[in-house]
Amino acid sequence: MIIFAPILMLLRVLSQTVLLALAQIFNNKIRTVLTTLGIVVAVASIILIMGALSGMQRGVLAEFEQFGAKRVFMDGTLPPSWRGKLNWREVQLQEDEIEAIREHVDSLDMLCAMYYGTYSVQYEEILLEAISTVGIEPSWHDIENREIIAGRRFGSVDLEQARNVCVINEKAIEELNLPRDAVGEFILLSGRRFKIVGIVETIERAAMFGGGDTQTEMYIPITTAMNLNPNGWINFAQGEMKNPDDADNVVAEITFVLRKMRSIEPDEDDTFDVQVMQNIIDDFNKIALVMTMITGVVVLVSLVVGGIGIMNIMLVSVSERTREIGLRKAMGAHPLVILMQFLVEAVVLCLAGAAVGIAVGQLGLLGVRNMPFEMLEGAAAPGWAIALSAGLSAAAGIGFGMFPAIRASLLNPIDALRHE
Amino acid sequence: MTISIRNLEKVYKLGTEKGKALEVRALDGVSLDIEENEYVAIMGTSGSGKSTLMNILGCLDKPTGGEYSLSGIPVHKMSSAALAKVRNEQIGFVFQSFELLAKQTALKNVTLPMIYSRANWLGAKKRAKVALQRVGLGDRMHHRPNQLSGGQRQRVAVARALVNDPSILLADEPTGNLDSTTTDEIIALFQGLHDSGQTIVIVTHEEEVAGHAKRIVRLRDGKVVSDYPTEDDPVHQEFLRAKAATAVRLAEAAPA
Repeated sequence: MIIFAPILMLLRVLSQTVLLALAQIFNNKIRTVLTTLGIVVAVASIILIMGALSGMQRGVLAEFEQFGAKRVFMDGTLPPSWRGKLNWREVQLQEDEIEAIREHVDSLDMLCAMYYGTYSVQYEEILLEAISTVGIEPSWHDIENREIIAGRRFGSVDLEQARNVCVINEKAIEELNLPRDAVGEFILLSGRRFKIVGIVETIERAAMFGGGDTQTEMYIPITTAMNLNPNGWINFAQGEMKNPDDADNVVAEITFVLRKMRSIEPDEDDTFDVQVMQNIIDDFNKIALVMTMITGVVVLVSLVVGGIGIMNIMLVSVSERTREIGLRKAMGAHPLVILMQFLVEAVVLCLAGAAVGIAVGQLGLLGVRNMPFEMLEGAAAPGWAIALSAGLSAAAGIGFGMFPAIRASLLNPIDALRHE
Repeated sequence: MTISIRNLEKVYKLGTEKGKALEVRALDGVSLDIEENEYVAIMGTSGSGKSTLMNILGCLDKPTGGEYSLSGIPVHKMSSAALAKVRNEQIGFVFQSFELLAKQTALKNVTLPMIYSRANWLGAKKRAKVALQRVGLGDRMHHRPNQLSGGQRQRVAVARALVNDPSILLADEPTGNLDSTTTDEIIALFQGLHDSGQTIVIVTHEEEVAGHAKRIVRLRDGKVVSDYPTEDDPVHQEFLRAKAATAVRLAEAAPA
């Protein structure tokens, strides 16, 4: 009991000072509200921005997830160190390179080269110019995992014989005014007759992946596409690995194969790029972190501004209550107790501001969630943002309350008692 | 010995004039002993140094020279933090203007010194109630200062001063803001406290109030000019004679 007495007394003084501070705040309502406005705004913006940002991040990541964690992309690139030695056309993926990857990269399950072209498309009276048409392989169906809602998918025979067949989506049916059951109909693609063999389902995609409003989609066998435009190139290839944990291996193996085929010396840069979904997610997370940090700096500045408001009002409070301080000192209050009283008051003020700010921020997030942006639907303040904003507010209270509190604690008791 | 001071000096430096330091000697070598259970009045005109002496006795101010020991402890060299503890445990203050916290009840006001007490914070409320009953305000505990009369306010202040069982009760013009009826109230209260063994030092300029003390110390220009038991104090005896004469004359002049 005797050992704990000092601790108990400290707790008692602390609780007394907290009560005193609350009473002080209660007695000066308007002043308190005005003073803490800065803190309220700062905290509300932390909650709001962090909530929106993390909601967006979650939304985008979910979007990526939908894309598939097993997805691998590769394409030719021209790094600065290669400029002048090669042109961008020469670094594009070649058919033999695709074959070599297919053959040697074991951790890769499927691979599909993508050969883009832009052609005019005509059905009866309707002529559409410049329709993006993609030459694909049958593995595309499995990698993209898109259902064929009518007709059939591409088979190896279509590829081997470079048949004039195509798979389109519902948007294309609509645009070309095709009959609802379009399978078996013929269209003119770049002036040649193509038979529609399948209708592929339309996938809702977020705007950042070229979705939003659905585009007319037109797919033909890659061999047909190459015949149609011999001067084209493989824009990129996409594959799926057997196990998402193999991401690093897949990248390393593909890199190895391509470097070997392109005879790239060890000290030379890659003339291609291999990306797995995880890398893209990491990149996105980096961007999100930078955004969070920028916001953090802005919020910190507003907290400082709010803190200066607190300091100002605490200085007023100290000078208003000089006589009370003098009395407390005459009654034997240790200078540190006086210091603590005013520090606690500043901290309580800041925390009150933080509480209101958190409430305002949450209300704001409620509004954000109801905004017509799919990406912001998951907007919610993460626990760490709430804890951080409360912590920063308390720190601002201590930091900016210190000067007035020290001033109060150093007051001479007689001078303070005589203060008018 | 409760209070023992030797050659106490308090010099205020007011800057320099024509190269010479300009200073005010508020206390100029005061020596004084006050025993336990004494009831002493310190008198003097304004500027005599009585308030300065009071502040130093109350450990609110530090002397610039001399020695002061309180209950055997030399306090003249203590730090302000150490003095805070001395004020809390050894000294009870009563101020001319009461100095009560306006927004708090009598009970809360009396509890105040115990918040800062290491020994008495346990059971503080009970002690505060006992102290209020002692000054006759047992039925006014939950009133705020603005709901109390001047005399009652000063009694709350006295209860607050006594609540930590101080070695000395220091009262600075305790009746200065009171009318004659309530002055009598407070004087009677002090008398009762003295009878129960409390050491009391009051500063006053009213002969009437000082007359209730058992000893009168008179200051002038920072020096003790007289120090007598009340019944031997020539100035006070003169005052009493004059007062008696006035009473007789008033009685004679009154219509029958």
